[in-house]
Amino acid sequence: MSATTDLQTAPPPPESRPPGPDRAAGRRRRISGEGRLATFLVAPTIVLLAVVIGYPVVRAVVMSFQKDPGLDPATGLFTSGGSAGLSNYTHWVLQQCTSATGGTKACPPGTLGAQFWDSVGTTVFFTVVTVSIEVVLGMWMATVMNRSFRGRALLRASVLVPWAIPTAVTAKLWYFIFAYDGVANRVLHTHILWTGDAWAARFAVIIADVWKTTPFVALLILAGLQVIPAEVYEAAHVDGANAWQRFVRVTLPMIRPALMVAVLFRALDVLRIYDLPAILTGGGGGGGHATTTLSILVVDQIRQGFNRAAALSTLTFLFIFAVAFLFVRVLGANAVRTQQRQQKGTI
Amino acid sequence: MRVAGASLAAGMLLLAAACSGGSGGSSGGGNASDQSAGARGPITYVQGKDNNNVIRPLIDQWNAAHPNEKVTFKEQSDQADQQHDDLVQHFQAKDPNYDVVDVDVVWTAEFAAKGWLQPLKDKFAIDTSKLLPATVKTGTYNGTLYAAPQASDGGLLYYRKDLVPNPPKTWDEMMSACSIAKSHGMDCYAGQFAKYEGLTVNASEAINTAGGQVVKSDGKTPDLDTDAARKGLGLLVDAYKNGNIPQQAITYQEEQGRQSFEAGKLLFLRNWPYMYSLASTDGSSVVKDKFGVAPLPGLTGPGASTLGGHNAAISAYSAHKATALDFVKFLESEETQRTFVEKASLAPVIASLYDDQALVSKLPYLPTLKTSIENAVPRPVTPFYPAVTKAIEENSYAAIKGDKSVDQALKDMQAAIQSAGS
Repeated sequence: MSATTDLQTAPPPPESRPPGPDRAAGRRRRISGEGRLATFLVAPTIVLLAVVIGYPVVRAVVMSFQKDPGLDPATGLFTSGGSAGLSNYTHWVLQQCTSATGGTKACPPGTLGAQFWDSVGTTVFFTVVTVSIEVVLGMWMATVMNRSFRGRALLRASVLVPWAIPTAVTAKLWYFIFAYDGVANRVLHTHILWTGDAWAARFAVIIADVWKTTPFVALLILAGLQVIPAEVYEAAHVDGANAWQRFVRVTLPMIRPALMVAVLFRALDVLRIYDLPAILTGGGGGGGHATTTLSILVVDQIRQGFNRAAALSTLTFLFIFAVAFLFVRVLGANAVRTQQRQQKGTI
Repeated sequence: MRVAGASLAAGMLLLAAACSGGSGGSSGGGNASDQSAGARGPITYVQGKDNNNVIRPLIDQWNAAHPNEKVTFKEQSDQADQQHDDLVQHFQAKDPNYDVVDVDVVWTAEFAAKGWLQPLKDKFAIDTSKLLPATVKTGTYNGTLYAAPQASDGGLLYYRKDLVPNPPKTWDEMMSACSIAKSHGMDCYAGQFAKYEGLTVNASEAINTAGGQVVKSDGKTPDLDTDAARKGLGLLVDAYKNGNIPQQAITYQEEQGRQSFEAGKLLFLRNWPYMYSLASTDGSSVVKDKFGVAPLPGLTGPGASTLGGHNAAISAYSAHKATALDFVKFLESEETQRTFVEKASLAPVIASLYDDQALVSKLPYLPTLKTSIENAVPRPVTPFYPAVTKAIEENSYAAIKGDKSVDQALKDMQAAIQSAGS
């Protein structure tokens, strides 16, 4: 939700008064003083970030280069594995498992190693499909909510209900709906195995996710819609633009910053999705792992060996980081900067 | 903001791995036991949610008798995975306050191999002569007993005695009785075939019943590329293909099967004893007086159930091991076991209790359960159990659904179990 706060409360840029020549020296002194104060004020945040983000990330990376403990054949007890080099990473990326003779071989079906690329595919598929559907539906909902009519406040509040329900509860709710004897099959007069069949299971997850998070996207877009002045539309009207042209030439460019933030947040959310498929389908369906996302795979692996799990979560982290980076650099999704530019009037 | 938002999101993900991390490979524990072996004092008993409120009264009773060696009860959640992770975290931290812990039968080997459990030998030996032999096997790793059997569990065949007066003794008899189900518009047979631990239970039951085995007696060498294993898994695959197992059964865990059976839609169901009292008292159950229990059907006689249950173990890091051992013995005692079965329907580990007339009149399924547990086969006792169960689940699921031939599924299972221990 911090995106909305940023959109609304980003402070105006400090006034830039051209410094007079006589004030230059004093100003330099003040800057170094301000700098020290700033460091002092920011330090707690930096320390906190280092502890809760920096340390786990670094620790995970260190762990990912260590072997998981193996059994000492003599005592039957675990002994620590020592350095693993890159083997934990090649285990996932190249799907190499240790064979009985100690060499490497392709991971047999039924091992987690064999599921890496499948779960990358599943995760990306979920991301592309859910975010696309949510943006289209969210846009439509935002447009409706942006009109003035009786009961608008009620509609805006009630639209938020799915978003307010905890994901675990949502997942359990849809789990009952998609049970074989559940509401979905009764209403549709079908006998679909929603949690057993590969595509049915995937769409069960997508339907539940869209139901839950479309309101979030709609609200972000609505925030964008509300800053568009009515005059812009009037001007477009006068120029003879039809409804489609007004949407494409006026609305879309104006809500682009809000839209980008919504898409960025949702994409990152879905790329690390765990709770919804874990509860709704248990990561199952199809050949047994049709809805296993990267995060589900990480949690499964934690029970089998921390160090390999660390390698997998590092890979997941890099993947999500790369996507976020692309968004920010290429598509310019950036809550704070666009807001500032808007206020300066450069957009 | 900028990229920080993104890295925050992703960083949280790593947190999960790193927090529960640490080096899992400590093989210590053996040395610390010497000083604390004879020590007495207050201890803590750790167990998952006490659903039937039997543990607290028992502990009160113990505390009244042992004012200087009081037991504190630490209750975990009711989710097996959470209980497992909680124990792992405390063992990694070498927490001396987790003295006696309740471990699921399938975790015992893992904890023992990590050096977290006090071997129950020499000064710590307990008397296992009265216990059901299969339950003792679940607490044994590498020939040493690491955990004392506390509660057992075995599969039962629930059947509709109004439609099938004589329960089927063999799998073939059961399959031929499926015509009765058809003529009544019911489903015939179901177990737990959704992809989770229950499927491992059911698939290994089928394999063991046909005379196969998942792993050899060393606990780690897979032995699935055999005719017996093919026959066993084939029983489930064929039954699913010809509809004797309904198609929705691959979404069934224990509860869905129970609901279907209680709604009168299912003729035969493999389930645990817990269902007995529910099916005979539930308001929604239409089969209250119409069902009976029988041992699981096998090829010629009773089938081989998979063993469930819990064992009590002493932490290698406990500071008061003498008290801990006494408390474990107290949990094993006949009186305590009787309380468990009377108050919480937990299957006792002491053989004689199953023939106790007073108990049998209250819980009529006890003799059947005894047959089940006597013929039961423990799940593989291996420190790599999570990987082994995954291998069994995935491949038998694909086989039952028909996505894979039985032959291929077992070959893959074999290979996956092999690579689990390396």
